[in-house]
Amino acid sequence: MNDQVTLPLQTPQTIEEHIVEIVSDSGEGAQKCGQTFGSIGGKMGNGIWTVEIIPAEIQPPARTPAGGSGNRIRVGSKIMTNMGNEADLVVGFNEQVLYARIANGAYKDGTIVLLENKWASDPQEKIRNEYAFAVDEFRKNGLIVHELPLEEECLKIVSNARKGKNMFVLGMLCRIYNRDAQLGLNEIHNTFKHKGEKIIKPNQDLFTAGYEFAKNNLEHFYDIPPYEGADKDLERIIVTNGNTSLGLGVMAAGMEMISMYPITPATSASHYVADVFQDVGGFVHQAEDEIAAIGFAIGASYAGKTACTITSGPGMALKTEMIGLAVMSEVPLVIVDVQRGGPSTGLPTKVEQSDLLAALYGEPGDAPKIVIAAATIPECFEFVIMARKLAEEFRVPVILLTDANLATGVQPWLRPEVKEEWFSAPVDQSPWDKKVPAYDWDENTGLSPRPIPGQPDGMYVLTGLSHTERSKVSYNSETNQITSQHRSRKIAALQSTLKPPVIHGVDSQDDEGDLLVVAWGSTIGAIEEAVDNLKEEGHKIASLHLRFLSPLEPGLKDIFSRYKKVMTIEINYSDELGAPMITTENRRYAQLANVLRAQFVIDIDCWSVVYGHPLQPGLVTDELKKRLDAINA
Amino acid sequence: MFGIKADWSLEVFERYFTLDDYGAGGDVRWCSGCGDFAILNTVHRVLRDAQVAPEMSVAVSGIGCSSRMPHYMGTYGFHGLHGRALPVANGIKSRRPELDVWVATGDGDCFSIGAGPWLHTMHLNMDMVILVFDNGIYGLTKKQTSPTTQQGTKTNTHPKGAILPPLNPLTITLGVTNISFVAQVVDWNPPLLYETIKAAHQHRGTSFVRVLQRCPVFSEEFTKPLQDNPDKFILLEHEDGITIDDNVKRLFSNVIEHDPKDWLGAMKYARDQENIPLGILFKDPDAIVYEDHSSKGVGMTNEEKVAGLNAAFDKFQI
Repeated sequence: MNDQVTLPLQTPQTIEEHIVEIVSDSGEGAQKCGQTFGSIGGKMGNGIWTVEIIPAEIQPPARTPAGGSGNRIRVGSKIMTNMGNEADLVVGFNEQVLYARIANGAYKDGTIVLLENKWASDPQEKIRNEYAFAVDEFRKNGLIVHELPLEEECLKIVSNARKGKNMFVLGMLCRIYNRDAQLGLNEIHNTFKHKGEKIIKPNQDLFTAGYEFAKNNLEHFYDIPPYEGADKDLERIIVTNGNTSLGLGVMAAGMEMISMYPITPATSASHYVADVFQDVGGFVHQAEDEIAAIGFAIGASYAGKTACTITSGPGMALKTEMIGLAVMSEVPLVIVDVQRGGPSTGLPTKVEQSDLLAALYGEPGDAPKIVIAAATIPECFEFVIMARKLAEEFRVPVILLTDANLATGVQPWLRPEVKEEWFSAPVDQSPWDKKVPAYDWDENTGLSPRPIPGQPDGMYVLTGLSHTERSKVSYNSETNQITSQHRSRKIAALQSTLKPPVIHGVDSQDDEGDLLVVAWGSTIGAIEEAVDNLKEEGHKIASLHLRFLSPLEPGLKDIFSRYKKVMTIEINYSDELGAPMITTENRRYAQLANVLRAQFVIDIDCWSVVYGHPLQPGLVTDELKKRLDAINA
Repeated sequence: MFGIKADWSLEVFERYFTLDDYGAGGDVRWCSGCGDFAILNTVHRVLRDAQVAPEMSVAVSGIGCSSRMPHYMGTYGFHGLHGRALPVANGIKSRRPELDVWVATGDGDCFSIGAGPWLHTMHLNMDMVILVFDNGIYGLTKKQTSPTTQQGTKTNTHPKGAILPPLNPLTITLGVTNISFVAQVVDWNPPLLYETIKAAHQHRGTSFVRVLQRCPVFSEEFTKPLQDNPDKFILLEHEDGITIDDNVKRLFSNVIEHDPKDWLGAMKYARDQENIPLGILFKDPDAIVYEDHSSKGVGMTNEEKVAGLNAAFDKFQI
């Protein structure tokens, strides 16, 4: 390609959306390139969804399928809600890292691969052979491979192409997708401004070289117009991943404390907050273990400063005894579980929704609590604020479920207007009415106000033991019965304040249909996209996405009754009916299906997979089509 | 005027607290002859003498006989989980540094199931008093071996006698970086107990006090030989530690001047199995106190918070 004559400048082809992947060895900067490319798209008014491609190790061996690191960016002329199906264009810094992506089904017949070609002339015969074999194999499988001298071109500008090739690639991509080059140069300036002109300049030169190289040497050019109304949004758009949203939510909720222990994929939320918490007067406490982390948070909450602990599955397991204590002694607390694959250490960097039942029922003894799940990156922000309020109003721990997909997915969203009412009230230190016991339970709702240390005449001893309204230890059978009822009643009291969920894909909320898909968490984008596709084909299908899991949102029974079939789609394990050994008497259902079946005593089906990656709308569409065909047969 | 300060009439207490204000009223349900009563009464006296408002004090505990103490206090209390009193106490203090925090724990609660929090709490050095009611046995669950059970003592889990020599809580505590106060005392000498706990309360930082405590039901052999023979003790005295009344000193044949700044000396006494040290082994008023950091920003105004949050959002604006 190097020797080709300059092509005439081609008119870009206008497209609705593309999925672009940039994959390199760890440390070559593909993630930075991808994030910046996504950010430029956001600034040009495109809808964006970004997913990180992360190796499990910090420095995995070079040129290995397991070592691939990078980014997938779905960019289009509408608001993006999920990672989409197969990629349209891929930049590979070597051929080996693409193998893992191929194994994941990330590419299709016709995916364009722009591949570094330096490996064709590597001094090692083994590498030359691997490269030649892979290129051949890729082409046989329908990938359109362009071998490009990325390294060679970079070396014209810098002496170490490993540092900077990503910016050359960014330039290429910006030309391919008809991006404003100035936006790219500005991004680079902002990224490296703290390192000074000596670093900014060569990176900008690499970007320009990549831009020119693409113009003169490539044949694929696209234009992705902004979505309708983007210009209006542009002033308010912010770009974050879900963990950063969570962190912003903690600050906006007026919580002054995150007490945490490092665990993937939750920790980056605390990293973010640790950097800026002092600006809103808060503090990140890194405890010695998960149990101490929640214990510390409970201590702060007991003393009137409702706190937050952020963790993932294995951490949740360790915290169960403390969660039980918070339920029993009615201490407000926000617990965020950024779910990963399980059980045990499972899949630390990959997504699953397998902690629902543990969140609902994880503690020995009856431990009713509020469980909510964020479905989108903006909800990761909003739900923390809601969680704190609920925790304090209902004097109960609130578990907020998110997952690895939300944690690392990057999306533009509209910056909220900061409201003081989000913040917690100052700690009440006015005298407590001595006549009012520490647990002055309302006999209908189970609700009670709580005294806070420092309030004169409010003195009580909180205990995890069965206790009376004055918090005196009591093993009396009547006491245990009635206090269990009070704690449980609070959940029902909350449900009475909720609205029924909004059904997606119907003209009127009262519509009847063939199939209703019920889901929760980060799968919303893929499921709703699949439902939209099937609606367009004329199917009577709708979906419903639950945000409240304990209590469930009201009105579900009525809604379910209007559909011939109700099923859940989840990313946790379930047995497939008809598989060897599996019968209706031993089939293990997906977790939400389990909950709904038990609550509503109707035959709710499920489909769930644990591939470790987010659901793809294509996969969901295919499965739902099968179900619809069966219903209509 | 004998015994009364010249300016006594100027000390006007708006609220004056008596011993009754620090008790919870009602029965204290420990076994007759239990050393815990002495500790409880001493804490009440120390609080009374310091005139701490009961609503500003919090007694935190885990699980065990010792951990019933908050129920016998007229202050706020937190009777939580086995081995987990300390993280809760640290959390209470983290954003409410003005609260006066006490922890009641035992040899099982602190040195066994709570060993992790024990070490890390010493490291954090938040301002509180930790009283370890050490009777060398699990009492509440009825006589199982604890980390400080004497080798050979027959228990329900080791009917032929505890296999290992007891763990030494003093050397372990002294070994933690950033510790600021380590003391040991016995429950059966009220003046010594008072002086030690008072010094612990006055010290700013985590004051670790191991109280050798009588359990007449399950581990009389742990303390009886010590009660019978005060010569087994070595009493540490210093103007920066505790000063001991002559009447008390008369009971002990070994009284030694030990500067609590002297860490190596403290370690030497702590290791000594033949001469058990009583008094303040170590004290460092300059150790970092964690709440000085964790409480930064307390009381920030809403205007400042709005500005801080807006600045945080600005960084993500495209």
